[in-house]
Amino acid sequence: MWDYTDKVKEHFLNPRNVGEVENPDGVAEVGSIACGDALKFTFKLDDNKRIKEAKFKTFGCASAIASASALTEMVKGMTIEEAEKVTNQDIARFLGGLPEEKMHCSVMGREALEAAIAHYKGIPERAVEGEIVCECFGVTDREIERAIRENHLKTIEEVTNYTKAGGGCGNCHGAIQEILDRVRSDMETTPTLKPRLSNIQKIRMIEETIEREIRPSLKHDGGDIELIDVIGNRVIVATRGACASCQASNMTLKNFVELKLRELVWPELVVEEESQ
Amino acid sequence: MKTIYLDNNATTQVAPEVLEAMLPYFHELYGNPSSMHTFGGQVGRKLREAREHVAALLGASPDEIIFTSCGSESDNAAIRSALASQPGKRHIVTSRVEHPAVKALCAQLVNEGYRVTELPVDGDGRLDMEQYRRSLTPDTAIVSLMWANNETGVIFPVEKAAEIARARGILFHTDAVQAVGKIPINLSKTAIDMLSISGHKLHAPKGIGVLYVRKGTRFSPFLIGGHQEKGRRGGTENTPSIIGLGKACELANQNMEAENTRVKELRDKLENELLSRVTNSRVNGDRINRLPNTSNISFEFIEGESILLMMDEYGICASSGSACTSGSLQPSHVLRAMGVPFTMAHGSIRFSLSVYNTDAEIEFVIEKLPPIIETLRNLSPYWTTAQQCGSA
Repeated sequence: MWDYTDKVKEHFLNPRNVGEVENPDGVAEVGSIACGDALKFTFKLDDNKRIKEAKFKTFGCASAIASASALTEMVKGMTIEEAEKVTNQDIARFLGGLPEEKMHCSVMGREALEAAIAHYKGIPERAVEGEIVCECFGVTDREIERAIRENHLKTIEEVTNYTKAGGGCGNCHGAIQEILDRVRSDMETTPTLKPRLSNIQKIRMIEETIEREIRPSLKHDGGDIELIDVIGNRVIVATRGACASCQASNMTLKNFVELKLRELVWPELVVEEESQ
Repeated sequence: MKTIYLDNNATTQVAPEVLEAMLPYFHELYGNPSSMHTFGGQVGRKLREAREHVAALLGASPDEIIFTSCGSESDNAAIRSALASQPGKRHIVTSRVEHPAVKALCAQLVNEGYRVTELPVDGDGRLDMEQYRRSLTPDTAIVSLMWANNETGVIFPVEKAAEIARARGILFHTDAVQAVGKIPINLSKTAIDMLSISGHKLHAPKGIGVLYVRKGTRFSPFLIGGHQEKGRRGGTENTPSIIGLGKACELANQNMEAENTRVKELRDKLENELLSRVTNSRVNGDRINRLPNTSNISFEFIEGESILLMMDEYGICASSGSACTSGSLQPSHVLRAMGVPFTMAHGSIRFSLSVYNTDAEIEFVIEKLPPIIETLRNLSPYWTTAQQCGSA
């Protein structure tokens, strides 16, 4: 049994925005019935060129349906420029995470969004970008390379989880390993690929993460948290409500707040409580 | 929420009578059956009785029964023994639809230098006996064919296949994990040399299995250790589970008729009602030569994991052969071997009943499942397309 978050289950059982937008500005269909999942995504813009309506139809498992539902909710109100920046990790994060083996569902969402935007912009569908590496699932070297870069993948198994490549007969495992070796060594020698955050960006991301990922959980237990300052990689916070008097609040800060921030913002962050 | 358990090919509940028979052997009568004292010796007597019950269900003699830890161990022991006792022979014949216990072992044996022929099946999951005959060579050490398929319930003609093998001096093993207790078996009238059983598929606990080895068959032990099981399987006996399995076999003998009448009727009702209420659905596998408790139904244009999770909201338990549930990214190897089209394979659901299921439970599933299928089809882009093209 898959370990789905409550949010995945909720979006699966009550999917939002099912169907097809009438007279859409952007349309895309990705995946195939042979591969086991497929997504048709349509959207319409309002007068201010923001996405007014987004709908989906999905053939697939619970996480494929939930990822598509999440995608339509996320992009509503976005400009095309904003929507173009949505990554598969954003979709997974919106759902409180996906099992590793199911990350390809979030990638399918991002692919559909991108293809629909390309359709809107009138970019003609290119035949297939790159060379097919995985014959079973029709995955190209370009797609594998991109998944490795964006998600920092290290093993063939991870590549399969994110792209499905190598999940069939396994004949392409050697080719995937070669791509991994090439891209990984490339990534290590070109650190610019993962730009350092500017201080402003970092603070903004920390604020967002606290708001979206951390505060709701703490509030659930009657606690709260406030961001006081960010000095380099030191994140100074103050605990409020039940957290302020809680003996375990230091554990919460280290094991939950710091972990979340490291995962979602910057791996070297250290959370400290404001000295009284 | 009440659980409606229609996943008995995955595992079964321990029968209340079985549990009751086992309980004293954990705490009060914990003696080692090999001991010289009466305290241990009395457990040894109970093991002999259990062995007799297992033998009776199979039409075998008690000394042909070896207790193991599970069906997979039995399969491994049988095939490894056949190879070890005939070092000159390097060929194995099996099928493309075997359980992983046999399939993965054979893949491993290929790495060890053996030659493996995996016989194909037709669209209904049946073997071509002519092709089977042709696959046997003087180099063939063992044939291993399952008696009944765990996913579709399709029954292979193993008795006939065993005779063909024997006529050529080839050992014959069958994984009968799904068949035992569901269809009558009488090994004294067959040419089968080895047969595997798993306790938890017939209302005994998990962690107990049996390997039947016909008298006179050369046997090379898989697990080396003490003198238990006449030196054919080392390790102190799992006394409570063996006693439980004995009881389960006794019950299976009594329930055989109910299994083939009442359970079969419930299965047929479930299957026929679902097929008539849901368009674009079909049964996978031969409907005639099939276990009485199993039904594998495909619902076109939707995916099995979604169906399972929606059924789970009602407490209904079943399995699927879809990619998302097979532990790989492709639909089940059984459905692929049968050439089930992709539109159908991903949406396959296996229902497997037991004597504990009731008519009310089947009614409940017949009522709840069709709306689930409709909900998921309304989500599916292929359903819309199929309707537009008139194929739905």
